[in-house]
Amino acid sequence: MIAQDLKAALQESCPDLEDRDSLDWPAFNCPISALVDVVRVLKEDHGYDVLTDATAIDNGVAASPRFTVVYHLFSSQSHTYTRIAANCDDDSEPTAPTLTDLFKGANWMERETFDLFGIRYEGHPDLRRILMWDDYPHHPLRKDFPLAGFENEISDPEIAANTGVKVKPAPMAGGPFVAQQSCFESKREPVAKDESWNEQNEKPDS
Amino acid sequence: MPTETTEYNAPDSGGKAAAAAQEFETEHLEVSMGPSHPSTHGVLRLNLELDGEVVQKCDPVLGYLHRGDEKIAENMTYNQFVPYTDRLDYLAPLANNAAYAMAVEKLANLEVPERCQAIRVVTSELARISAHLLGLGAYTMDVGALTVFMITFTEREKLYTLFEELTGARFTTSYSRIGGVTRDMPDGWTDRVMVFCEEFLPLLDDVEALLTRNRIWFDRTADIGIISKEDAISYGLTGPNLRGSGVDLDLRRDAPYSGYEQYDFEVPLGENGDCYDRYAVRMEEMRQSVRIVRQAIAKMPGGPFYAEEAKKIYAPRKDKILTSMEELIQNFMITTEGPDMPAGEVYFEAENPKGALGFYIVSKGGGVPYRMKIRGPSFNNLSVLEKVCLGGMISDISAILGSLDFVMGECDR
Repeated sequence: MIAQDLKAALQESCPDLEDRDSLDWPAFNCPISALVDVVRVLKEDHGYDVLTDATAIDNGVAASPRFTVVYHLFSSQSHTYTRIAANCDDDSEPTAPTLTDLFKGANWMERETFDLFGIRYEGHPDLRRILMWDDYPHHPLRKDFPLAGFENEISDPEIAANTGVKVKPAPMAGGPFVAQQSCFESKREPVAKDESWNEQNEKPDS
Repeated sequence: MPTETTEYNAPDSGGKAAAAAQEFETEHLEVSMGPSHPSTHGVLRLNLELDGEVVQKCDPVLGYLHRGDEKIAENMTYNQFVPYTDRLDYLAPLANNAAYAMAVEKLANLEVPERCQAIRVVTSELARISAHLLGLGAYTMDVGALTVFMITFTEREKLYTLFEELTGARFTTSYSRIGGVTRDMPDGWTDRVMVFCEEFLPLLDDVEALLTRNRIWFDRTADIGIISKEDAISYGLTGPNLRGSGVDLDLRRDAPYSGYEQYDFEVPLGENGDCYDRYAVRMEEMRQSVRIVRQAIAKMPGGPFYAEEAKKIYAPRKDKILTSMEELIQNFMITTEGPDMPAGEVYFEAENPKGALGFYIVSKGGGVPYRMKIRGPSFNNLSVLEKVCLGGMISDISAILGSLDFVMGECDR
């Protein structure tokens, strides 16, 4: 009921707005070009004044559109949430408009999404990595990034001088649980991946 | 006889300092505070730019405790992830466990029995008290009041003994399961909780007597680190930090979950949004938590402590597994493939000690989430730092950090 009213009101500013499958709150898919306008209408006309969460979904390496940005807005008056999702245009170098003009809290949340998914927010005042270190080359929450991570060089000259040119991290023994990537996702059985150094898997020279 | 008049020059330090300021150029000093600094409570680093003692720029550097919890969640079943939620806000694991379980239950559209809900309320509120006690103790210690820390830590220790009796663990409890809790409360446990509440309130009054009208405490915290109402909302602050700024929002009352609507409690609010108000809000919240615990125990419903009909979600009891074929198969399926979940998206937030802990779960069916975003309240609460530290003294930073009461475990995830 409320969702229908909200949809009708939002469609005035964005005719291409569609319902998004959701098990709880009203959720809408909107074209990425209209994202800022839709969120502004929600904030200014419908009381959704708190941006509780901004994140993204990687729909899979082969999927197109591959990246979807998702926002959860909360109304401090009606105490309800709404979810806005928008597909990023470019699969290899995804971009999205920034919401930092509307919500100051979007600054860090978008930095986090940029860090973990590699989505560039256009117009963001300070788009740096926030959780990983600044010159880390990968985006860990992408689906093509393995759970065990990639071996990569620590480029800090001080560390490199003390420990050798290339720093190899110790392999994981026993855990964490790793699921097979080849089968259907929901049927993946997590098993412990043993990468410890032994006769078959000798310690590499570094 | 002529008297010699001597001219007395009053010391005009202000004028001289002003003249000196024009003569010398001050240089900004860059200071890296943390990641292991006693007042950064964990591994937060602040890159500060100082003009004398005045903070000109504050750039928080996060990520020292980043473990990739969201990536880990995508690679294991819903049940296996419960222990990881302990490590989000590791000062209130019981509240995290319950919030996570409720989010997944929302996805599964599963109603848990009233007894389970009441147990979760009791444990969450006790966790809130223990988290606030530690936050308060560390906060006061940072600004020099050591006695409070001794009192609050002793009380927290009593709570941890209660947690140990209930869950078997003091710190990382992993108490909730999807569809229930691991085990029922032991005999007489609620009585011991009531005894704790009885003894705790007078001690809280003692703490209040030490601080609330203490001149030094007042000077160190009042009018320091003011967060306006608008900023608090815009930065997405939640929990006591939001209410300290006077925003009347508490998810336990406004969007009730786990049966919070049956309990009678008040939501304390601050007026100025300064460090003192955030302290006062937390003190009152502990009293209200005791109120909720007492009500919940007084009308603790009977019945099962887990959803018995959810056979594909809640692993069967150990004694059944070894005697019944059907239960053995269920246990095997739940252990290997995970609980049976429908496809869809849910977002659930619970009012945790630090603020609203949110879980956004994208499921494509089966026992493993496709994507799970964890919204750690400390992450948003810290994002206000770059604004609130500006123009303050460097010694105010420890008061501000203490009053924001963050945990890096859920900030970095």
